[in-house]
Amino acid sequence: MAEIMYWEALQRAHDEEMARDPLVICMGEDIGVAGGTYKATKGLFEKYGPLRVMDTPISENSYTGLGIGASFLGVRPIIEIMSVNFAWLAMDQMFNSAAKVRYMSGGQLTAPVVFRSPGGSAHQLGAQHSARMEKVFMGIAGLRVVTPSNPKQAYGLLKSAVRSDDPVFINEHELMYNMKGEVPEGEYFHPLEGSEITRPGTDITLFGYNISVHWCLKAAEILASQYNISAEVVDLYALSPLDRAGIKKSVSKTHRAVIAEEDEAPCGVGSEVMAIINEECFFDLDAAPVRVHSALVPQPYNHKLELAAIPDHEDVVNAVLKLFGKA
Amino acid sequence: MKLEDKKRVLREMVLARRFEERCYQAYIERKIGGFLHLYPGQEACCQGVLEAARPGHDYVITGYRDHVHAIKCGADPKAVMAELYGKETGSSKGRGGSMHIFDVKNHFMGGYALVGGPFPLAAGIAKAIQLKGGDEISICFLGDAANNQGTFHETLNMAAVYKLPVLFVCENNQYGIGTAIDRSTAVVDQFKRVCGYEIQASQCDGQDFDVVYEHAKKAVAYVRNGNGPYFLELMTYRYRGHSMSDSRGYRTREEEELWKQRDPIFILRDRLIDAGAMTLDEFHALEKDTDHYIENEVIKFAEESPEPNVADLEKYVLA
Ligand SMILES: Cc1ncc(C[n+]2csc(CCOP(=O)(O)OP(=O)(O)O)c2C)c(N)n1
Ligand SMILES: [Mg+2]
Repeated sequence: MAEIMYWEALQRAHDEEMARDPLVICMGEDIGVAGGTYKATKGLFEKYGPLRVMDTPISENSYTGLGIGASFLGVRPIIEIMSVNFAWLAMDQMFNSAAKVRYMSGGQLTAPVVFRSPGGSAHQLGAQHSARMEKVFMGIAGLRVVTPSNPKQAYGLLKSAVRSDDPVFINEHELMYNMKGEVPEGEYFHPLEGSEITRPGTDITLFGYNISVHWCLKAAEILASQYNISAEVVDLYALSPLDRAGIKKSVSKTHRAVIAEEDEAPCGVGSEVMAIINEECFFDLDAAPVRVHSALVPQPYNHKLELAAIPDHEDVVNAVLKLFGKA
Repeated sequence: MKLEDKKRVLREMVLARRFEERCYQAYIERKIGGFLHLYPGQEACCQGVLEAARPGHDYVITGYRDHVHAIKCGADPKAVMAELYGKETGSSKGRGGSMHIFDVKNHFMGGYALVGGPFPLAAGIAKAIQLKGGDEISICFLGDAANNQGTFHETLNMAAVYKLPVLFVCENNQYGIGTAIDRSTAVVDQFKRVCGYEIQASQCDGQDFDVVYEHAKKAVAYVRNGNGPYFLELMTYRYRGHSMSDSRGYRTREEEELWKQRDPIFILRDRLIDAGAMTLDEFHALEKDTDHYIENEVIKFAEESPEPNVADLEKYVLA
């Protein structure tokens, strides 16, 4: 296995899928001639040309709709939306068209389209460029939502998403494109459903996804070495549907849970995982589950305020200690 | 316009240029974070239009390339710089940052980061003016690529239907980040796209202050006299990258040089020198004074100002 960067993993998945199937195309702002804001489409314009690598105008809702329309006839567009903050503008087409067409046509039509977009707070980008929006996407029936936490998942989830007959939203993170990790040399398809135990443990389950998996891993390390607490880290790479069985299995074993998310708490991943725990394994719990999340504020520009608004691994450690009555 | 006034305009344009160049340096020094979009090359657009209007009285709204527009409306450069430094004394109390300069007291209604977002807001401000019966107008400065957003077309239609007192100024610098206008836009001349909405529109050189001023005077008068919206397209160029992480690989150095030969500051300076209103030495002294002011007042203020209190994190979320 070779170590490559997250963006390289995405670029490789694009390239392989486009080489295999002439109906796989990619679309988005600055993805062609400019090579992509995050380089996920680097070199593809030169290789596949403007018919298949489409630089779009700043018309999020309409180019998203155009991609969805093309997918009705079997084209498989991978649509990059430069930032989830701009995806707000495309949500009409994503939700009202892509997510619902299969159901409302009684299964006649489907929209096999992939949306990729990064969210997250990334060094003082301010209120309109720092949203985390997975909570919005994961509440929509008919739309799959996945969120890779490392290059292997980035590669394997994009490959699977392109092959899926459902619309898939891939939630990436502004700060993770240069993260390095091992990716299989051969083709690899990561499942679009399920969860992954990234670090086994016995005393508590730390649920994370995307960037918060890394806070959980760091927290587990500290908990093990300094507090003799064995934390299991579960990577919820699929946010819709969430892995009910996986959540239940881990919590039934550890009897405690902390859910870490960069997003604000209301109606979020944490609330949803808590509800599932409640529904699936309430009587296995030794303590009430706890959410670690950001403050309910538009992201401030000032760096200190920004750091105060966003959680990190220390907040996870503190939540666990509190839950064990050690803080 | 009197020569004395033109000298003042030149001074303001030099301040705008040096202010932005100083921001660039402060960004490299990591005093400024986030996204930083700079204005050098386009100074005559903001100056020409707002000299023809009544800054501080008329309402102005724009995108993320907003420092210079705010200052022209009356914002204190010190407060703008303090905002970029994330300080409590900043124009948005350090909460907004470069893309979100606000100075409502001076009717600068803000910088917004979502391309196309300000179009309908500008129309809404015009609607309020219409209802209240004031003689202000609403002025919306945006780029060329923003015109591909649905809000542009939807807003133009509404502005025409409701006959709103709004002036749309398109600063056509021919790029939206790294995508050249002819690669994203079927009709490159933006004023032509407006015809379908029964809105008065014109296009002119955006590098020559006098040309912008003359065109803007007509546009402003048209809107202020209750004739409805107007669309003014200014042909211009941004010298620097779109924001700070842009190596400008999508355009040639020759093209950049060509535009720099039509520098808005030099055009006005040379005209004033030719008219005998200024000497080259005076101009150099003006540049020096400006740098001195920026360093010893603007930067000093930003450096010495306190940061917001972390305990105030949730202040300003709700009323
Ligand atoms: C809705 C939305 N989509 C995409 C972006 C990313 N973006 C920021 S500026 C920009 C280009 C805008 O170009 P233009 O309107 O010509 O203004 P200029 O920057 O040239 O002044 C893009 C695509 C954004 N901020 N908002
Ligand atoms: Mg532009």
